Amino acid sequence: MESPRTLFDKVWDDHVVLTDDDGVDLLFIDLHLVHEVTSPQAFEALDIAGRAVHRPDLTLATIDHGVPTADRELGILDPLSKKQIDTLIANCERTGIELFDISDPRSGIVHVIGPEQGLTQPGMTIVCGDSHTATHGAFGALAIGIGTSQVEHVLATQTLSQPKPKSMSITVDGTLPAGVTPKDVILGIIARIGFNGGGGHVIEYRGSVFEDMSMEGRMTVCNMSIEAGARAGMIAPDETTFDYLRGRPHAPTGPDWDAAVEYWRTLATDPGATFDIEVVIDAADLAPYVSWGTNPSQTIRITDMIPDPESFDDPHDRDAARRALAYMDLEAGTPITDVPVDVVFLGSCTNARIEDLRAAAAVVDGHRVADGVRALVVPGSGLVKLQAEEEGLDEIFLDAGFEWRDAGCSMCLGMNPDILQPGERCASTSNRNFEGRQGRDGRTHLVSPAMAAAAAIEGRFVDIRGWS
Amino acid sequence: MQPVTVITGQMAPLPRANVDTDQIIPKQFLKRVERSGFGPFLFWDWAQDAEGELDPEFILNRPEYANAVVLVSGPNFGSGSSREHAPWAIEDRGFRAIIAPSFADIFWGNCYNVGLLPVVLTEEEVARLTELAGDPANVVTIDLASQTVTSGDFTASFDIDPGAKHRLLNGLDTIALTLGHADEIDAFEQTRPRWMPSVKSANV
Ligand code: SF4
Repeated sequence: MESPRTLFDKVWDDHVVLTDDDGVDLLFIDLHLVHEVTSPQAFEALDIAGRAVHRPDLTLATIDHGVPTADRELGILDPLSKKQIDTLIANCERTGIELFDISDPRSGIVHVIGPEQGLTQPGMTIVCGDSHTATHGAFGALAIGIGTSQVEHVLATQTLSQPKPKSMSITVDGTLPAGVTPKDVILGIIARIGFNGGGGHVIEYRGSVFEDMSMEGRMTVCNMSIEAGARAGMIAPDETTFDYLRGRPHAPTGPDWDAAVEYWRTLATDPGATFDIEVVIDAADLAPYVSWGTNPSQTIRITDMIPDPESFDDPHDRDAARRALAYMDLEAGTPITDVPVDVVFLGSCTNARIEDLRAAAAVVDGHRVADGVRALVVPGSGLVKLQAEEEGLDEIFLDAGFEWRDAGCSMCLGMNPDILQPGERCASTSNRNFEGRQGRDGRTHLVSPAMAAAAAIEGRFVDIRGWS
Repeated sequence: MQPVTVITGQMAPLPRANVDTDQIIPKQFLKRVERSGFGPFLFWDWAQDAEGELDPEFILNRPEYANAVVLVSGPNFGSGSSREHAPWAIEDRGFRAIIAPSFADIFWGNCYNVGLLPVVLTEEEVARLTELAGDPANVVTIDLASQTVTSGDFTASFDIDPGAKHRLLNGLDTIALTLGHADEIDAFEQTRPRWMPSVKSANV
């Protein structure tokens, strides 16, 4: 009898083209997503070597990192961003790769548009020159972030040579307490397993909390797998997945749909399969979280106080905490709810889907952004923006004093004009709170959309559970 | 890619954990479409203050470390983004290898593709090397073939995936190697189910 296999094993095994003498597998790649920042050098090298793009039909390009999210009619004013974007447009024209241009409502953040178009499906291998490619694992795909040399390799061969990572399961069973969102689940997981706790592993998220979660929520969770150092994150496909996919532009139809679903149902981890690491978390132990430091594991519950660096046993953690408090200008022992914010950013591939905007709008409705706070909403894609406008969410945000922007990465990393000024403190729904990530000397606190919205209204962090 | 065989020279100590890609090369320098020229922006926010004043204490600004070829740092080096600009910047600045107790996965893979050797040693070994690196007169030798690191009377050995080692030692072009398997790739493509999506065919 075949030994029991995990979801990850099955997707991996189904894509092995060959195994070399050293035991390294060459994997076929079903979908390659491309954006303007990590691809120009790959196209150039390909061109110099006289190599063609092997499967333009399995490659989709978008422009997201460097685009302005306001006053688009002015064009791209930053000459370097403009050159980078023009280079991608030219490369796609030359090689026959489909590109969602800025004017296309289907354009947006690369990890938002793939699922939206139904291009992200269970059991696929998906790569992108971007670490948050893990997002697509929410569908039971194996989705891996790669570097530019690997982008070039995939363009030329539609394959990727990879030693197989180890496997890790994170099981969260039970019912989430009120006010605890998928973002809090993943922040809680990272706080528990550490900034590199998933290093060298592919995580499968298991248990009733993920079974009960929407696709948007699953994407939020898988998106941040990389913030625990994991190679990828995956969730087994189920009825929620199929319902999300049915009818999307690239989803199979008719008999093809039936054949696909039949295959997708076989992907779940077999009973008795084991993982190299198994972590179990009780849903009841989770709470709304806020990050206080400069890596995503430096996170506390909204009811906690800023920790004392001396309380960390590990010398690296202690040193990192000291540096983080100095950078973040925080004092140990301060309740996080006493910390004021200057900016609120609702956006990024972690939390800028329609459900995220709905959750934030529900909090904001009928309130005003606190004096002195700048708050902006940047939808994840043009289609998310349109949908939100159809539902009147834009009005709710605008009435409350939020800025309502066009889609893009925006202040998640500030490659476009949306950046924090030195010293500004931001409640952000993005995924990384590294030093300078949102702007030099800017201070990022990672939170859920609802918590970010409440922080905008109050001008400081508040516990969404007791807030009305 | 240039073959990597023996690397000998000065070490620069950067003893902190979780050095992330946003520190190695901040986002404002990712707009270049070229493959080279990232070196001057390496560790930009640590090397100078907001006014552009160089911090004379920062290790890479110290003239006595100008010739360093090996960076010695803390665990989880290269965490964060997939930007290959990070190893490009380190390489462009003259480094040939990085020694740390652990590396982030994507960064680690990128280093191999760039020809920058990532070497994992134990915490104790890295601590000892960091000490040795404190004296710019000390020299380290990394021998890839024998998988050893030596500096004075310090010696340590490291693991490396045999395939990666072979490619580095011979400076092989991995794309050419894979294209050598074009027939197997073609055969695999024939077996893909017809319902798998293609970007070119939408049902609208
Ligand atoms: S939104 Fe942020 S994390 Fe996501 S792809 Fe864009 S820059 Fe990267």
